Parts: sequence; C-alpha cells; structure tokens
Amino acid sequence: MKGTGTPKSALQLNIRGDREIVMTRVFDAPRSLVFDAFTKPKLLKQWLLGPDGWSMPVCEIDLRVGGRYRYVWRHDRDGSEMGVGGVYREIVAPERVVTTEQFDVPWYPGEAVGTIVLIEKAGRTALTQTLLYESREARDVVMKSPMERGVAASYDRLAELLASAST
Amino acid sequence: MQPNGYIQTSDHLDATFAALADPTRRAILARLASGEASVMELAAPFAVSQPAISKHLKVLEGAGLISRGRDAQRRPRRLEAKPLAEANQWLESYRQFWGAQFQRLDALLETLKASKTKTGKLRTGQKKRRPTKRSTDGEEECR
Repeated sequence: MKGTGTPKSALQLNIRGDREIVMTRVFDAPRSLVFDAFTKPKLLKQWLLGPDGWSMPVCEIDLRVGGRYRYVWRHDRDGSEMGVGGVYREIVAPERVVTTEQFDVPWYPGEAVGTIVLIEKAGRTALTQTLLYESREARDVVMKSPMERGVAASYDRLAELLASAST
Repeated sequence: MQPNGYIQTSDHLDATFAALADPTRRAILARLASGEASVMELAAPFAVSQPAISKHLKVLEGAGLISRGRDAQRRPRRLEAKPLAEANQWLESYRQFWGAQFQRLDALLETLKASKTKTGKLRTGQKKRRPTKRSTDGEEECR
C-alpha cells in the first residue's frame, strides 16, 4: 500500500469512556497555522476534502461563540452530497475550538460535540480531536456503521478493504 | 473484470450497506448490541408502527445482520456479529480517512510556512503585518 507516513506524524485513534472517540496527530508547524487551517474556509477547503473524488464546495464559518459553520462535500462523479453543520461553543485562538456537529442526514442519534486542542512544542503542534456523542449508543452506532462522513466518504475504501481482506 | 469472489463480496456488502443506510435500522442494531430484544421492545423507542419496524427487521435479517432467537413466544432478534464485524473495519477506515486528510494538511502547512518565511521572519514574535491580510486568503468569504 502507498501512503507511508512518517512515524512521527502517525495518527492515533482511540475510544475513551463510553461516549468518546479521540484522535491525536502531530503537525510540523506552529499552532497558529494549524489553527488557521481548521478555521479559515479558504484553507479548510484545501485539505478537508474527503477521500479521492470528493471536494468541498461549501465551507462557511462564522468564527465566534454562537456562530455557525457549514460544510458540504460533493462527489465529483455522481454529484451526491453530504452536509454537516453546527455551532461554535468555545473559541480560544489558537489553542481550542469546541463545536457541535450534526449531519444533514443523521446517521447517529443526537448531536455530537467536537473539541480540537492544539499544543505547540518547539515549533510543532500536537492536535487532539475529540468527538463526544450524546450516548454510548450513539457512539456505538458510529463505531458500527460504515461512517457516511468518512465513508460516504469511504464506502469505496471500506469496500476495497473488505475485498482485500477476503482474498 | 473481477473474479467471482469479488462480486459475491461486493453484493454481500451492498446488502449490508443498504441495510445500514437507514437511521432507524442503525438504531435497532445499536439497541441489539446490548442484548437481544423482541419486536415490541425494539419498536418502543420509535415513533413508527410495529409493522414498519417489522419491515426494517426483515431488511436487517435479509442482510444477515440479525437473526431470531429460540424463544417461540417473544421471537427475540439478536445481532449477528460477523457481517457487522466485516463492515466494521470502521475504525481502520476512519483512521485511514483522517490520515489522508491530515497528509493533505501537512502539505498545506508546508506551503503556509514557506510563504511566511518568504515575506518575513517566521515566529520571531507577533508580526502584525501578516501577509494573510491580502484577502486572497479567503477569510473574507466567511464574514
């Protein structure tokens, strides 16, 4: 397989408690840049594209507490779309952002709360991204469904994975 | 095109994904994850009729995601772990998904760092005249 990431930038993904999924990742950049990359539409649209073949035509951000954001991804070939939006609950630039998350077509019960924490050390930035679901059931639905966001998103990839696993 | 095995797998996956594509059915599966339940118990949390739930159960059963327990009275449904386990390489696909996003972010951050050093010193303090003011950076579009 391609995509040999350097070990230092390896992505960690964990389940915490009953209701959380936690991801950590280190970026070789000061956190002000990472913060910008997460909060400026022009920048977000350049990297949060979903899997190959998807783009992010809509990225609106009203970066203030109580302000809303909205993202829409589109499949380049079949035109199918997936939207998500929510509200900024906390903004402490450049270290912490808390948002709610709700997909247009809900695929887990209730609303999730996403928290991004950025810690800078020697010019590098550690990101911790946490998703807190309303209930254990919701988190487990997420864990047990082919996630539409990553998978509407990565149905293709999951299918590939399963196909290769079955050979 | 593809050997038979692939097609079978793919059909099987289609059934699994089609079954999983409905929020009510996913909620039913989530409920069954904590133990078997009768149709009535399964229908209770939903604002839909019992026949509607039975229809969903049929789809889930067709996809092999659930089966019926022994008890002839309650005919409890239970989760079938295997197809889910297959489809549930989820964590891995999630990790791969974000891994790919973050690799793109790495590249973007490199570009941003480079453009910063070009126009001045990088992180030597709080530079007030940051080049991002140029408005081509798009922060305008969100205001």
